[in-house]
Amino acid sequence: MKKIFVPLAIVTGAMFVAAPIMIGMADYESTMLLVQKIFYFHFATWMAMTLAIAVCGVASLVYLFKASKVAEWYATSAAELVVVFSLFGLFSGSLWGRKAWGVWWQWDARVTMATMLCLIFLGYLIVRKYGGPGSEKLAAAMGIFGAATSPFVYKSVDWWRTIHPQTTVMRTLGDKWPGAWRLVIFCTFAFLFLTVLLLFARVHLEALRSKLDDMYLAAED
Amino acid sequence: MIAVVLNLMFALQQQPTIPEGFVPVTGAPVTEQIPAAPLVIGAYAFFLLLMVFYLWTIWRRIGKVESEMQALERRQGEKR
Repeated sequence: MKKIFVPLAIVTGAMFVAAPIMIGMADYESTMLLVQKIFYFHFATWMAMTLAIAVCGVASLVYLFKASKVAEWYATSAAELVVVFSLFGLFSGSLWGRKAWGVWWQWDARVTMATMLCLIFLGYLIVRKYGGPGSEKLAAAMGIFGAATSPFVYKSVDWWRTIHPQTTVMRTLGDKWPGAWRLVIFCTFAFLFLTVLLLFARVHLEALRSKLDDMYLAAED
Repeated sequence: MIAVVLNLMFALQQQPTIPEGFVPVTGAPVTEQIPAAPLVIGAYAFFLLLMVFYLWTIWRRIGKVESEMQALERRQGEKR
């Protein structure tokens, strides 16, 4: 973990320096013009959130069936990242919607379900912090439930046609606008690398906390 | 009957359109349009602030746990 942390941090840092410059130089979209440039980080943050959800879901499953302490560290850390990235996703979407839809907020199927998903993982963190002994298992169940909900959030725009663009926008972007597609992929990788880095840092914190607990137990003995 | 209906429809079409209430216009004046630049800058600035704040919270929490570990080690050392 320590070996790849520094090189990955350098690469990610360079990507985040380059990304705004590339976004600034990218072509405008024909109908939305400047505000469409929010899209590059908006999409990437949801991909980062998806990675964090997957880590949380898998780690929660491993914790429930194998009672692995390390899996619990990963699940808690990833749940926190889900909340952080979803907050940015909702905020950037709100700014984009202000211009594109004329409103700051819309009770659209995708937006509402993404908010619910964020609240599930916020609930996970509250359970872990204030749940007391045994809260790890309850939180793990919430993590699995949250992960199981995420595909519904993704498909919500196709199943319930509201104001949010459908998933076909991304599927056809490569053919229609290759420059934007490459930039989206670049930003997505920058966010995925950032997720990995933050996860490492956060897991390190959980490992230290666990060590501290062990030290207290040893001191009591 | 058909002729009556057709006449009625024709009469309705011929009526002058008197606006009632608000009337929408296409192409709002430039001063009334929502500027995009503050929204785009706001989104990217919020991301930067959020990341700086989150990294700071991780760094602070790690520092807190490490100082607690050092304090515990010191107390253990004094007991011995």
